Amino acid sequence: MNFYGTLMLFYKEVMRFLSVFMQTILAPVINAVLFLIVFYPFGEQMTGFGFSNVDYGLFLIPGLLMMSVLQNAFANSSSSMIQAKNYGNVIFMLVAPLSSFEIMLAFVAGAIVRGILVALAVYLVGGLFYEINIVHPLATFALVFLSSLVMGAMGLIAGIWADRYDHLAGFQNFVILPLTFLSGVFYSTQNLPEIWYQISLWNPFFYMIDALRFSILGQSDIDIFISIWAIICFAISTCLCAWWMLHTGYRLRH
Amino acid sequence: MSSEFAVDIQKITKKYGKEEVLKDVTLQISKGQFFGLLGPNGAGKSTLINTIAGLVRPTSGSISIMGQDVIKNYREARRALGLVPQELLDEPFFDIENLLKLQSGYFSIKNNDEWINELLEVMELKKQAKKKMSMLSGGMKRRVLIAMALVHKPSVIILDEPTAGVDINLRRNLWKFIKQLHKLGHTIILTTHYLEEAETLCDYIAIIDCGKIITQQSKTELLKNHNNKQLEHIFMELIDRETDEE
Repeated sequence: MNFYGTLMLFYKEVMRFLSVFMQTILAPVINAVLFLIVFYPFGEQMTGFGFSNVDYGLFLIPGLLMMSVLQNAFANSSSSMIQAKNYGNVIFMLVAPLSSFEIMLAFVAGAIVRGILVALAVYLVGGLFYEINIVHPLATFALVFLSSLVMGAMGLIAGIWADRYDHLAGFQNFVILPLTFLSGVFYSTQNLPEIWYQISLWNPFFYMIDALRFSILGQSDIDIFISIWAIICFAISTCLCAWWMLHTGYRLRH
Repeated sequence: MSSEFAVDIQKITKKYGKEEVLKDVTLQISKGQFFGLLGPNGAGKSTLINTIAGLVRPTSGSISIMGQDVIKNYREARRALGLVPQELLDEPFFDIENLLKLQSGYFSIKNNDEWINELLEVMELKKQAKKKMSMLSGGMKRRVLIAMALVHKPSVIILDEPTAGVDINLRRNLWKFIKQLHKLGHTIILTTHYLEEAETLCDYIAIIDCGKIITQQSKTELLKNHNNKQLEHIFMELIDRETDEE
């Protein structure tokens, strides 16, 4: 394995998003803060959303945190790949002695680092609004890590597939955004009509948000282990798909 | 695996749908050769070069670089090859020096500063070392691409129309540097539309048209077989004959 080469590609991925941290770290935090500002005054009045002894604003925090993680981990690998393709500098990576697995590893690891940093930032600003006592800290970290991994791989798939920024924007606006908003960030699926509840179970992001809610608040809509298994399955399938695209040279090696 | 050839291309075919852009191409480039691959626009030069570099997957056939198959032993093959692509490209996040360091890293080369400084010096990029590629002119970008291709000291260097859009001063400096590399034992593969460049520099020439190699021989033989005409005339004769036969 080309460890040093992989490490350098990972380093490049991290430095790339840190060089524009206003856009990659601060912007998602501001986004989460705005949601909290909007909902904070109504927190105590909102009842019957399915979670007992939890303020609605506090209920929102795991969802907002995971939503930021998902969107940013996806954006990291997808934008990096499409920029490399459009600027033409993808060639530097393709002529290097890096395997498909190593390229995937570096891109996904970069997305995981961004996901974790965004999660930490949202957690810290969330602490300005509510006292957040994380019930299962290790599980919280593991879930942020795993969910970033899934979205990093999914972003890589989208970045390889997309020929233009427009394609990628379509993927983000018509797939990622609706799936995140309809995954239980703002509500508990327990309160949904049966048909919508069943539809939610097909949404991969639901498991990520629900599991994170359990790890932070100690309450969730479904069994945490079902969610963890679902996330692991998504991680395996997205990584396999991303690896296959790199291995076959899909839209990269003509 | 050792081989007497720097690049060994065996029966390479490349199809895009029904269109066959490389037709059963077989070429052997000896170690230390200065090899000119010539052909009109759309002849298949860049496709062949990109296939050697692993950027294009052949439909059939095999290619090895310094005895290493470009697909089966891609790591060794890629370590032996430096490609200067035809298209100018950009990198908006990193300055030139860091780009060269990153590229060294991809090839598992640590502490490559001495060679990077030498490359920056030779390519006259010292003043631009802390600038990003997007801030450079076309000619400067071309220099960066050459430096990037050489950062891992490859045995085989492919230059795909390196002097296209480059001023005369850089062109002279570039050829001086490439000649030095050739003297040091590097195998050079050059594609160019400037036939006088090829005639001056190359010691072996292949001409490709419509995806087929129509001639490949030493420059001396090629000129001798055509009554010592200029390469430009020979090139036109061969291309016209090929078109007539089709």
